[in-house]
Amino acid sequence: MTIHAALFYFFAAILVFAALRVITARNPVHSALWLVLAFFTAAAHWLMLGAEFLAIVLVLVYVGAVMVLFLFVIMMLDVNFENLRRGFRSYLPVGITVGILVLVEMALVLVSSYLKPGVAAAGAPVAADNTRALGRLLYTDYVYPFEIAAVILLVAIVAAITLTHRRRKETKHQNPGEQVRVHARDRLRVVAMPSEKRER
Amino acid sequence: MSILTAPTLSHYLVLGAILFAISMAGIFLNRKNVIILLMAIELMLLAVNLNFVAFASFLGDMAGQVFVFFILTVAAAESAIGLAILVLLFRNVGSIDVDDLDHLKG
Repeated sequence: MTIHAALFYFFAAILVFAALRVITARNPVHSALWLVLAFFTAAAHWLMLGAEFLAIVLVLVYVGAVMVLFLFVIMMLDVNFENLRRGFRSYLPVGITVGILVLVEMALVLVSSYLKPGVAAAGAPVAADNTRALGRLLYTDYVYPFEIAAVILLVAIVAAITLTHRRRKETKHQNPGEQVRVHARDRLRVVAMPSEKRER
Repeated sequence: MSILTAPTLSHYLVLGAILFAISMAGIFLNRKNVIILLMAIELMLLAVNLNFVAFASFLGDMAGQVFVFFILTVAAAESAIGLAILVLLFRNVGSIDVDDLDHLKG
């Protein structure tokens, strides 16, 4: 067994176990933490496949941002998670059946190529400098999709903030429109007064 | 069978299929808890991305990695908006049980 295969099976076992724990854990916080482990091992797989940049992005963006967001939301919501787990056992047969059916369908597609060793192993080697190659492709051939992805992220920012933002009554805030439209006569009153004589 | 040699494309595809099946079973098992449903969807996207990266690596085509990049972008936006909706839902309904979301009576 080569070191490559050993690493593959090691990380694959951790990945499958973590995925199973994500869907079976009693506490959603534990589910989120198992999902973090799954993302880490998936990043290890991607490193072995030569996708270094995407592996780092997966760890930074998913583990660093998205999963932290998940944990924040889970801890902010005051929900009785035990109630949500009622019926877990009654859904167990149909869940396992559907999972096995999907797996068997996909395996039937794959099994012909799996039995012939080395069919897919041959291929052009991936570029040694993965980040440079990906960046070159993103800024030339895929520059318009790249811009659209940026717009999607902007829309996500605006949507998330407008959905969750609450304006409280007692907070002080400015209205820039009113501030710009103000005239001097609204704020300042010039009064004409007779000057007083100086007393000697 | 090539179990002991270096992993081929099929190894990665089978791993992706197992991950996808697990997350699909998870959607059926935890069908009351919206947070776990969102996590199962993230796991499905991870399985798909694993397939993309494996194909990109074994076929020597960088386009697959570019696709994974865009999928990661859109999935991050999706989960951010999904969690925002979840928080809003909890504020208005006081529960995140899927069975309580029957206001439309569909």
